Amino acid sequence: MLDANAEAGIRMGASREQGTHSTQGHPSDEDCVAEFVGATKRFGAVLAADRINLRIRRGEFLSFLGPSGCGKTTALRMLAGFESPSDGTVRIDGQDVSRVPAYARPVNMVFQHYALFPHMTVAQNIGYGLRQVRPKLAKSEIAARVDAALAKVRLEAFGARRTWELSGGQQQRVALARAIINEPKLLLLDEPMAALDAKLRGEMQRELLDLQRSLGITFVLVTHDQEEALSMSDRICIMGAGRIVQVGTPQDLYDRPRNRYVADFVGKANILSGEVLSRQAGLARIALAGGAQVLVPDTAGDTRRHVDVAVRPEALRLAVAGEALGEDAMLRARITHRTFLGDHTEYLLLAEDIGPFQVNVPRQAERALGGQRVGDQVHILWTAGTGLILAAEE
Amino acid sequence: MTRTRARALLLMPAGIWYGVLLLFPLAVVLVFSFGERNPIGGYAPGFTFEQYANLPARLSAFINTLTLAPAGTLAALLIAYPLAYYLALKVSARWKTTLLILVIVPFWTSILIRSYAWIYLLGGNGIPALLEAVGLGDIRLINTPFAVLVGIVYGYLPLMVFPIYVALEKLDRSLLEAAADLGTPPWRSFLQITLPLSMPGVLTGSMLVFILLTGEFLIPAILGGGKVFFVGNALVDLFLQSRNWAFGSAVAVALIVIMLIVVALYSRAVRRFGAGRDDVGLM
Repeated sequence: MLDANAEAGIRMGASREQGTHSTQGHPSDEDCVAEFVGATKRFGAVLAADRINLRIRRGEFLSFLGPSGCGKTTALRMLAGFESPSDGTVRIDGQDVSRVPAYARPVNMVFQHYALFPHMTVAQNIGYGLRQVRPKLAKSEIAARVDAALAKVRLEAFGARRTWELSGGQQQRVALARAIINEPKLLLLDEPMAALDAKLRGEMQRELLDLQRSLGITFVLVTHDQEEALSMSDRICIMGAGRIVQVGTPQDLYDRPRNRYVADFVGKANILSGEVLSRQAGLARIALAGGAQVLVPDTAGDTRRHVDVAVRPEALRLAVAGEALGEDAMLRARITHRTFLGDHTEYLLLAEDIGPFQVNVPRQAERALGGQRVGDQVHILWTAGTGLILAAEE
Repeated sequence: MTRTRARALLLMPAGIWYGVLLLFPLAVVLVFSFGERNPIGGYAPGFTFEQYANLPARLSAFINTLTLAPAGTLAALLIAYPLAYYLALKVSARWKTTLLILVIVPFWTSILIRSYAWIYLLGGNGIPALLEAVGLGDIRLINTPFAVLVGIVYGYLPLMVFPIYVALEKLDRSLLEAAADLGTPPWRSFLQITLPLSMPGVLTGSMLVFILLTGEFLIPAILGGGKVFFVGNALVDLFLQSRNWAFGSAVAVALIVIMLIVVALYSRAVRRFGAGRDDVGLM
């Protein structure tokens, strides 16, 4: 998965996006629907957002991903207008909206717990935004657009219902319909799927994507669920401690995490420290603890001697015995846990002199491996050119 | 079996309370109201509507009660709502408790003593003297309906503040953000979201204050100086001074009927707001 060829392929695959970057430096102003310029938000002594710089492209599905307290919600609230930056600016369609209150911004939000008005029916909730338009819209126009929105979220029969009579998924669709009825420039989604059960969440994710495609509105999602971010987003903005750590396509982040934080947060990764022995032809020879040597693409682009190396569990293989071919590395390890997950089996191992490892073995290879059990000795095969060197954490 | 017995046991104190101390005296009052005045005072058995026919003799007491009680309720509401709003939505957590205690503090002293304090404040040496000093002329405050209004609003304000405070405190702040997000400026979102959702508290507070005000007699007695009297004062007079128990009972029954009508209207209003409304907001 992470071998040099695949790397190259991924880089090529991502070239369209790279192209826009390299030819124009930034997406042109027409392509940029919203922008953070050094946006900083302090709450007393707490720095919730720290010099955020980000351009959001028109029509894209962008996710802010990170653990709680990483600043993703603050970033979203600065777009919505619930917080104004302490420093820096927020622009929407090229205009500085840093001091523009929420009610005057062409932006709508789906709230985490939906925030539906309990004293209004479903139809009144959905039509609320239209009734705020001044000069007032004709009642017939409001009614027609509410009906259309109800149809869009497949709640035609529920217009007269009370919001609390609906299920969680239905409430969310009402919140969605309410937020899109004013045709915002940006639709903000604050962990909208957090309150739904797993099955419903999958359905809602697909519905949301369909809706985004049909509306062509830019969606900005805040989530702590990496699978959600990976499966839905055109681009993901990973945040930590109030700062942007890495922005990229899901594949980018998965295949080329910049540092330990991203590698750890997006997917699972074995992260090992080692010492660079030599650098040659885009590959670095690295000695791990205990002396085993691995060849890893020299991705960090610096000359550090001590580096962290990351390798995905599915990029490694297991073997019962035998010799390593060529430059491949072979690490002796003992199985500590084995979890059968259908299409693959997850092995947790303790590698000699190195420490814990995770290796995912696909169903096919699992058969060839034979019935290895917890406590058995095996070898971890690390193909030359697999993995990557992580950048130093800031 | 044991569950029903336990339930009966637990409900017994309340049952005795309502049965013996509420319903029984009410029945006595109802029976007395159809009786006659004993020549030496008190009650003589009988069955006559004479006492009810005589009610217009106390018309001014009813008029005072039924104008000053709603006026006092309205004034208390207008003062309490901004205060409750401020306490629930604007004050930092640090000051909230302190300020809430300050609202309760007056209850630590008897209403009698606090009302006497108002005699001084509204009397010749109090506020009128101050107004005269700044050249606003000679204004009499004590022993006027205004004095009674000030007294009742002062005395009952906390009872209005707390239900409204609780309703506003419960208000989900994200609803206000949602309204703002959908294009509603603050003052409009107050009318469309905050006010309708705090109506249960407004109704509860208003009802609490209104019911207690209709039975009030202490504040009119102290600050009204015998010139502004409520039905409660008429009852004190009829039962304790002129000892006309039969007529007093008729006056009491009339007051109870009026209150029942108001409570019935109130519960209809609550049902309307509780079950939601088809119309949105007050705009």
